[in-house]
Amino acid sequence: MTTRLMQGDEACAEGAIAAGCRFCAGYPITPATEIVETLSRRLPQVGGKFIQMEDELASIAAVIGASVGGAKALTATSGPGFSLMQENIGYAAMAEIPCVIVDVQRLGPSTGRPTSPSQGEVMQARWGTHGDHPIIALAPDSVREAFDLTVEAFNFAERYRTPVILLMDELVGHMREPVELPSPGTLEVTERTKTRVPPEWYKPFENRPEGPNVNVPPLVPFGEGYRYHITGLHHDERGYPTNRLEEIQPWLERIFRKIDSALSDIILYEARGIEDANTLVIAYGATARSASHAVRQARSRGHRVGFLRLKTIWPFPEEVVEHAASRLHHVVVPELNLGQLALEVERIVGRHKVCRVGRADGEMIQPGEILAAIEDLEKPV
Amino acid sequence: MKQQSESRVHRRYLRHSKRFPNVWCAGCGIGIVLGAIIRAVDSLGLDKDDVAMISGIGCTGRMPVYVDFNTMHTTHGRALAFATGLKMVKPEMKIIVVMGDGDALAIGGNHFIHAARRNIGLTAIVVNNAAYGMTGGQHSPTTPQNIKTATTPYGHIEQQFPIAELAATAGASFVARSTVYHVRELESYFAQAVSKEGFSLVEAVSYCHTTLGRINRWGSASDMLRRIKEQSITKQQAESLTPEEIEGKIIRGVFAERDIPEYTAQYDKVIARARKEVR
Repeated sequence: MTTRLMQGDEACAEGAIAAGCRFCAGYPITPATEIVETLSRRLPQVGGKFIQMEDELASIAAVIGASVGGAKALTATSGPGFSLMQENIGYAAMAEIPCVIVDVQRLGPSTGRPTSPSQGEVMQARWGTHGDHPIIALAPDSVREAFDLTVEAFNFAERYRTPVILLMDELVGHMREPVELPSPGTLEVTERTKTRVPPEWYKPFENRPEGPNVNVPPLVPFGEGYRYHITGLHHDERGYPTNRLEEIQPWLERIFRKIDSALSDIILYEARGIEDANTLVIAYGATARSASHAVRQARSRGHRVGFLRLKTIWPFPEEVVEHAASRLHHVVVPELNLGQLALEVERIVGRHKVCRVGRADGEMIQPGEILAAIEDLEKPV
Repeated sequence: MKQQSESRVHRRYLRHSKRFPNVWCAGCGIGIVLGAIIRAVDSLGLDKDDVAMISGIGCTGRMPVYVDFNTMHTTHGRALAFATGLKMVKPEMKIIVVMGDGDALAIGGNHFIHAARRNIGLTAIVVNNAAYGMTGGQHSPTTPQNIKTATTPYGHIEQQFPIAELAATAGASFVARSTVYHVRELESYFAQAVSKEGFSLVEAVSYCHTTLGRINRWGSASDMLRRIKEQSITKQQAESLTPEEIEGKIIRGVFAERDIPEYTAQYDKVIARARKEVR
């Protein structure tokens, strides 16, 4: 494989192609436009399809429709468009339709400061749509990882029949780095599970106690002889609307169980120097680049600082954070917002241990800012 | 005899695994529309596996669950956008999108005009009862001026959206309007619409006797059905009338019938061009 100079957005689009994505619907918005531009060029080359829809509401709807037709499908947007997509992300969670939503975060709220970097949609990714539902969200910190985590996002979407959010940020999306992409055959790509039962036995929302595909019933594409119903209403195992409490609660428990029982597969992270650390820095996305640098500087100055980079931010890696931080005195959480993922860290390790290094003016957090926070904490009392 | 065989046709298309009765009020026109859709599909000899019915939210949104196609009840206003994604991936499928007037023209108005403009091969059927029925009779984009609704207690002051004319102007391949009284005509328009390659729209004028009918004291379902019969004229009849005489009339007929390239067929050419460039 040759090394190419590539943008994070382009790498995301190439990751989608490599993962088997064959449908994209999108609407122009900086800093995510390059993803849909790249896919408008690349998808037809591989027999896939791209459509520019009339808005983001339509984009996510078309993506869900395409996935029901059997295609791996993606849409890409930024904050304002991500807000518009929320209702149908909930529909995908409710109807258990695999799809990937890329949100290249820019500074908000509202139109904000276009289009400077931000990590302001951490909580929106988790709770943006109404109602209780599980979600998976991944945050890459480099161009190459934008590729890798896009592939992973598709794999998770198919494996767990769920919408997956790739939470990029403007910096990773627009940054160019030399990357060497893996050759197609070397990637692990998950295909949609096929059902083994005939149409009359098929239950698209089956809640089986055990056996194959427990928690994740196979989703048969429309038009293949299995005529069934999909709805955003609470539904029974066949997909028909229900008001029966004995059908609603078990369904809800199952969609949480399908994620909670697979955390060892879903939780992706990188840890460094945790064993001897006094202080831990937890970071994700572009901020992890500054944080990584700050941790190296701190160590070279003799501070015992560990580094934990979360690639999966939802479901929140509770056990990983707890394990890494429980015996430490301090945890520094730098992020491009005024404390979103920090809230989760505080929930796990306690409020008094956590030092937030937040910035929400559209500028990157410099390694020096994180280093200063570390040194402040490491100061002998 | 005819009736008996028709109910046999209906039975072949209705889901037996679904718990009936349906959600609609007794006397509702939506059931008439569903019957006509079933007979139209049956007359075309389509395989049920190749037919999808997609809806949004509202009384009409509940239609797909009863019928034995590939069915999807989506979010409010977005049915055409969901259907667009499905059609792109499964261009060989016949996709019927059923919507109410609020669903299709208010919250979904943007998707409606753009689906027509793209001329993507979907059949949109709008059951126009001029109100939001499920929520209790609020005004919709097709509510006539001056009448009372649950949110215009002193009379409605907005202009009406003419659904069929809007779709024809936006670029649809086939556009027709009939009513739930003229059920044979409706059935024939549905069959023509589903057969059409490009975007087709049939407006089925209906009524809501339990909301607008009650608020405006228009009587029972059969009284409202009679009103529809009396208010409706054919397109040919309308041609010889003055605008004043046409005021308040329901004009039935075909408003567009043209052969323009369908979107997914066009996209196949895009794929061919892209692949040629790569080679």
